[in-house]
Amino acid sequence: MPFSNNSMGIFEIAGSAMTAQSQRMNVTASNLANADSVEGPDGQPYRARQVVFEVASPGRLAIGGVRVAGVIEDPSPMRMMHDPKNPLANAEGYVAMPNVNVVEEMVNMISASRSYQANVEVLNTAKTLMLKTLTIGQ
Amino acid sequence: MIDKLDSSLRFHQEALNLRARRQEVLSANIANADTPNFKARDIDFSSSLTQAVERGRQSQSMAMANTSSRHLTGQAHAAGGELMYRTPSQSSIDGNTVEMDVERVNFADNALRYEVNLTVLGSKIKSLLSAVQQ
Repeated sequence: MPFSNNSMGIFEIAGSAMTAQSQRMNVTASNLANADSVEGPDGQPYRARQVVFEVASPGRLAIGGVRVAGVIEDPSPMRMMHDPKNPLANAEGYVAMPNVNVVEEMVNMISASRSYQANVEVLNTAKTLMLKTLTIGQ
Repeated sequence: MIDKLDSSLRFHQEALNLRARRQEVLSANIANADTPNFKARDIDFSSSLTQAVERGRQSQSMAMANTSSRHLTGQAHAAGGELMYRTPSQSSIDGNTVEMDVERVNFADNALRYEVNLTVLGSKIKSLLSAVQQ
């Protein structure tokens, strides 16, 4: 099978994309789960996290899979909620809530799952083609 | 004898090679649909095939430069097909030029043509085989 002699093959490309997308979905799950976590282990409210993708091409080859370059913390300001009864409220009665945008996270999740599906399809097509290639001339 | 067999199958071999290569490029596009600043790539199939068939794959390979007779010779085969950039019809704000619908259509089309190629090659092999066995 002539698939890839020097660069990444289709399996590796689609596989790396699936890994990256599932990591993105993981981060989304963490954000959604902690949308109301007022206090984390460091005493600060939870900060939303986002994954950053980059092309994982070996050397300077043009094509390649996906790699998660890093997980960054969302720098946007905390959501201030008025709740004077909360023990963590400040002098004005506001509590700093996590800066998780639930709508954005839901959109992110759907996008990640669609991309994951697309890559599964790529993988299935490549598998079918390879199996057909194996039966060549029969 | 063998080289005659080889030359009759060479066109299909080159075409399959290029189809496989293009499949890989398209799958990389789909994989990087969410990567910022990724530019979608593709190869011009017909011109690459013409080049591969007419001038052979040697024209696309790189040879090592020898500056001394004691150097080893080496040749790296390019997988074929010059990569070009796709022009997006709707650009996105993160600099990514992958359009999922275009890529998916091209991917499915390329997969089908790969199978067509396999079928034609298979029947060609069968006919050669029956000629040999007569």
